[in-house]
Formats: sequence, structure tokens, C-alpha cells
Amino acid sequence: MVVTDIPTKIVYERPEALDPRVTHYCPGCTHGVAHRLVAEALDEMGEVENTIGVASVGCSVFAYNYFNIDFVEAAHGRAPAMATGIKRVLPDRLVFTYQGDGDLASIGMGEIVGAASRGEQITVIFINNATYGMTGGQMAPTSLPGQVTSSSPTGRDVTRQGHPIQTAELLSTLTGSSYIVRRSLHNFRETRRAKKAIRTAFEVQKQGLGFSLVELLSNCPTNWGMSAVESRDWIEERMLAFYPLGDYKVSSAVADIKI
Amino acid sequence: MPAKGYIIVNELYCKACELCVTDCPHEVLALDMERLTSRGYHPAHMVKPEACTACSICAVVCPDAAITVHRYEKQKAEG
Ligand SMILES: Cc1ncc(C[n+]2csc(CCOP(=O)(O)OP(=O)(O)O)c2C)c(N)n1
Ligand code: SF4
Ligand code: SF4
Ligand code: SF4
Repeated sequence: MVVTDIPTKIVYERPEALDPRVTHYCPGCTHGVAHRLVAEALDEMGEVENTIGVASVGCSVFAYNYFNIDFVEAAHGRAPAMATGIKRVLPDRLVFTYQGDGDLASIGMGEIVGAASRGEQITVIFINNATYGMTGGQMAPTSLPGQVTSSSPTGRDVTRQGHPIQTAELLSTLTGSSYIVRRSLHNFRETRRAKKAIRTAFEVQKQGLGFSLVELLSNCPTNWGMSAVESRDWIEERMLAFYPLGDYKVSSAVADIKI
Repeated sequence: MPAKGYIIVNELYCKACELCVTDCPHEVLALDMERLTSRGYHPAHMVKPEACTACSICAVVCPDAAITVHRYEKQKAEG
């Protein structure tokens, strides 16, 4: 059994920036992983007291309950606009939005393109789970070709419904953006890399280097109709082909950041 | 090889998703089918504690930040 009389060092524990309450997320949903990584980055940077989060509409609508930091909740798709206002009035605060793909890449596409093109000094944590989770798994702009969803029961037909929107690639073409990367939460290694990217994105903002966005490939076991373990395999086997991981925009000033 | 540490699962948070069970490289973990948490889940627990390397993989993949990882401190040589 576990030997408890030998002295131990805690090498991993729940971050302080995470609220002690239990989340409403489904078992195995990687929204929870993304929350924890954001909280760890804020703990490490000593920015807990100084950060303002902007929650979006989607399963993460209650994100404000899950962090021990100041938080507001934006109208659907409008988190980048709200974050813009907050950051311009309180430029010394660390301001980030936390948005799903329905929120950011559908109803909120105009807002995110505007914020990135203006080079707003905000950070965006973008959860791409290829569906509208909260409302019952409808097709999102990010759903894969052929993907069966509750609103595309025979699979997404790209000739009628278009192709998946590759947000990181798209925003990286804007002169105003500074740090745009895509990571994934489907295994330990990529989760570690995602954490580093989140930390870098916050660092970009702290140093006043411009607009930063981390796209995270995420799961929705409930609406994809599979177990949590299977859903991570689905990210690896299906999503990675359409959403290659990588650094899409790293401005020269950002490239000098050392973490 | 003796254990290099151990993990504690906070059962308030565990939702029995099995991601830690699947990802532990040494098959240390399993869901405890004999017990239910206050929220009605079979919690993850250690079934092969002697194989734990305190690598933290289980804690990093846990979506509910339920796992704390303890690593044994190096013991001073006797004598
Ligand atoms: C103005 C408006 N239109 C539509 C909705 C319905 N609605 C709620 S959440 C959502 C999409 C959420 O999907 P996503 O952003 O991908 O987040 P997820 O739930 O997958 O995490 C929609 C369309 C709404 N709440 N408000
Ligand atoms: S519906 Fe999907 S995205 Fe929403 S909490 Fe459940 S698994 Fe996560
Ligand atoms: S990963 Fe976390 S929530 Fe899932 S079974 Fe393991 S301890 Fe429980
Ligand atoms: S710390 Fe590593 S070896 Fe120990 S239970 Fe977790 S994953 Fe397995």
C-alpha cells in the first residue's frame, strides 16, 4: 500500500486560481483541462489578482464560477469586444476571453477578426470541439466534412454547408495579430505543450506585444456520442488532419520570449 | 521497483472519466467498482501502487483537477 511515513514532496496539485467548486462539465470534457491550464499559468505568473476573464456563451458560459479571478460574461460572440473595452480602460490588467467554436467562429466571427486586426492587447483561449456543445451538438463552422451532428444527420456536406473554418490559419493572415498557435488536449504531451502556449500568450500581453490566441482542439464526448477515451482518439485520428498543430503567427518580438 | 510516490484522488471532483486510468503508463489506476462517490461516480484509485513513478501524467490529463501527486523525498543513506 501507499507508504505515508516517508516524507514526500507534492509535485502536482490543483492550482489556486481554480475555484474549489465542482464544474458542471460532462465527465472527461477537456473544457476542464483548458480551465486548469489557464489557472496554472496565472498561478505561475503571479497574475491571479490582476486578471479579468471574459466568458462566452456555450458550455463554458459558467466559466466565471470556476476561477478565483475577476470575470464577466459577454453576449454570444461578443467577448472580444468586451475584452477590448476592459483592456483599453484598464491597460495594466491581464484580460482574456474564453470562447468555444460556435461562439467565436460562427456568431462571433466578426468580433474576433476585428479584435485581431486592431491588434488588441488581449489573449483569446479558443476551444475547438467541432460542435455546438451546449445546445445539443449541432453542426459548427468547425465541424469536419462528413461529420454527423444533430443538425447534419447525414454528415456535413461541404458542397452545401461549406468547409471547416481554420481559425488559427485565418487570423494569422492579419497584420494586427502577434501570436496565433494551435495546440490539442488529447494526450499528456500535447496538454503540456498547450500549457506552455497559454503561458506564452499571457506573456505576449504582459509585455504589450499585441493580440494573442491559442486554439485548443478539444472534445465533446456527450454530443459526439462516445466515451471520453474514444473522444480523445477521435481528436487524434480525425481532427488533426484538418487542424494541424503548430505556430501560425509568431511576431519577431514574441519569438524572443523565453519561458 | 519500489514506488517513487503516490497519488491522491479527491473524490469530490472525480467523475470516473477513466482518462487517468487509460493514460497511466504503469497501469497503476482503475475505477473502484465497489464504491460510489457522493455524486454517484466510481472513483479512480490505485490498484498497483508499487508501480507509481510519480510522473504526474494522470494529473495532467484529469479534466477535473482531482489528482494530487506526491513524490517520496530521497532518503539519506543509513549509518
Ligand atoms: C444570440 C444567441 N444565439 C444563439 C444562442 C444559442 N447558443 C447557445 S450556446 C451556442 C453555441 C455554443 O457552442 P460553442 O461556442 O462551440 O461552445 P461549446 O458549448 O461547444 O463549448 C448557441 C448557438 C444564444 N444563446 N444566443
Ligand atoms: S456537452 Fe460537450 S462541450 Fe459541453 S460539457 Fe458536455 S462534453 Fe463538454
Ligand atoms: S481523470 Fe480525473 S475525473 Fe477522470 S477518472 Fe481520473 S481522477 Fe477521475
Ligand atoms: S503519477 Fe504516473 S505512475 Fe503514478 S498513477 Fe499517475 S500516471 Fe500512473
